[in-house]
Amino acid sequence: AALNGGLRSQVSAALKEGRVAPTELCQRCLALIKSTNFLNAYITVAEETALKQAEESEERYRRGQPLGILDGIPIAVKDNFNTAGIETTCASNMLKGYISPYNATVVQKLLDQGAVLLGKTNLDEFAMGSGSTDGVFGPVRNPWSYSKQYKEKSVPKSHSEDEESNWVITGGSSGGSAAAVSSFTCFAALGSDTGGSTRNPAAHCGVVGLKPTYGLISRHGLIPLVNSMDVPGILTRCVDDAAVLLGSLAGHDPKDSTTIQDDFKPFELPNLTDVSKLSIGIPKEYHAPGLSSEILALWSKAADLFKKAGAKVVEVSLPHTRYSIVCYHVLCTAEVASNMARFDGLEYGHRSDMKDSTESMYAATRREGFNDVVRGRILSGNYFLLKQNYEKYFVKAQKVRRLIANDFVKVFRSGVDILLTPTTLSDAAPYTEFIQEDNRTRSAQDDILTQAANMAGLPAINVPTALSERGLPVGLQFIGRSFQEKQLLTVAKWFEKQVQFPMIQLEEVKRHDSDVFHHQKSASFS
Amino acid sequence: QKVSVEVLDHLEHLALVDFRDAEGVERLQKAIQFADQLHEVNTDGVEPMDSVLEDRCLYLREDDVTEGNCTKELLENAREKVEEYFVAPPGNIPLPKLEERETFLQGS
Repeated sequence: AALNGGLRSQVSAALKEGRVAPTELCQRCLALIKSTNFLNAYITVAEETALKQAEESEERYRRGQPLGILDGIPIAVKDNFNTAGIETTCASNMLKGYISPYNATVVQKLLDQGAVLLGKTNLDEFAMGSGSTDGVFGPVRNPWSYSKQYKEKSVPKSHSEDEESNWVITGGSSGGSAAAVSSFTCFAALGSDTGGSTRNPAAHCGVVGLKPTYGLISRHGLIPLVNSMDVPGILTRCVDDAAVLLGSLAGHDPKDSTTIQDDFKPFELPNLTDVSKLSIGIPKEYHAPGLSSEILALWSKAADLFKKAGAKVVEVSLPHTRYSIVCYHVLCTAEVASNMARFDGLEYGHRSDMKDSTESMYAATRREGFNDVVRGRILSGNYFLLKQNYEKYFVKAQKVRRLIANDFVKVFRSGVDILLTPTTLSDAAPYTEFIQEDNRTRSAQDDILTQAANMAGLPAINVPTALSERGLPVGLQFIGRSFQEKQLLTVAKWFEKQVQFPMIQLEEVKRHDSDVFHHQKSASFS
Repeated sequence: QKVSVEVLDHLEHLALVDFRDAEGVERLQKAIQFADQLHEVNTDGVEPMDSVLEDRCLYLREDDVTEGNCTKELLENAREKVEEYFVAPPGNIPLPKLEERETFLQGS
């Protein structure tokens, strides 16, 4: 079976009919992980347990009793989700060697349905960053750096320059998960999304990245960054697969009181043919400074696509958009200051040898365990939370948050169903260029188009749209109404079908599975 | 308007994290400057928003014990322990004052 088949339509069927065995799928993914090691997408590969899970799945298929579509499907999980018996590091020295005693709810749900957990993926330390370059295990490389499409377009500046120095970032912070899905080493991956951390790398790696509505999927076991904005994110190769994952993860969790209690019914996406009843909003403020002319053109083309198909396409305004990144900066650092307080070396994680006093031990542990980015945010957060600053900064930011959320309410109330925006300002930057600016500057730049959805708690999805002139993926973002994932994904699926985003042409994958290139799609949208 | 050394020292105490070098302090200065943009927004009469789920009732369950008895698992990840206790160095000893501490701020 082709590694790129849709879960519901192809892979599940292949497994049920015995055309491919779960152990075979698992072994191929593990082999591919090894041969794409240079991507640095994985921090931990749980080879033994994965093979065991695959064997158990195979036994269930043999008895004709698979647990569901996800039975036997290899998946990867971002390394800020707790996984029982498997190291969870958050790409930080603070948690190196930390073996979780429990599974995050989303991980447990996947395992309960027979999914095969291949390993934990790389990220920016504690999910702080937009490049997946600031973790202790090193940066993640975008698989597209090694694609035929990118290599054809890149002109080496000198004879000595080779692909080693040319590679581009994945975006972040869920870069490892995005790279894993993009390079076919797993069928789906979990990420997290606080300011765009699932959608941003999805756009740069040419995969589907879904940020669900806040409160739909349990955060229990997801090591928190910003409790009021964090959500688990879903990364897949097509929108249908995202719907499958969503179906298996969404729903109230008694262990996470911020999950809503409404009944969630998993759904299959209809094949939308008539978009004439749809109203698409184009928020003018998303024409942000720094938006590349390429992406602007694609965005415009996408709007025309909807128009020509009969949908109502209107320009709308979200006036407080440009303050969302500032607002995020204050609220995020404040919540981080609180959340990172738990890392003191006493109960788990790194502990300093300093013994003079409790406080000095805490201080030394945190000095040794956190990188500059994390420490910087903790200090900033504490500043904004000082008594003399609390009203001026923290409460002020909370008020601005309401204004941002209200902007969306007004627009959706005016009859708009879905918003269409770019996901990123440009295609993926080369690593050497990206690291010229510091983490905070980069995050402020890169989160600008994705952050507001987290502020308002709305569902949003990146759909890979076309290749840039450099041969790299560019995606567009759809933002929907709260808890209206079905409508959001239905529209996203329609759009995905129209654009026919090309498959990545990777040498490593070619060697392993000649089937992969059986169905080559040409870029019809760029 | 630069942040005073007193405030920086206070922050290091509160956060139990240090500025380490001039870059660390500069980073905070830039962060404050960035955050100051918030004051351009008129928020008269606007209530602060704690959660996007503010219109819903938070889930409360019965006060029944449903899990626990996992002392062994929880102790496994601690470096220093004695029987069923986490062991900490002596408390009630405040961090040394700025003049006595080894901190970058001492030079400021």
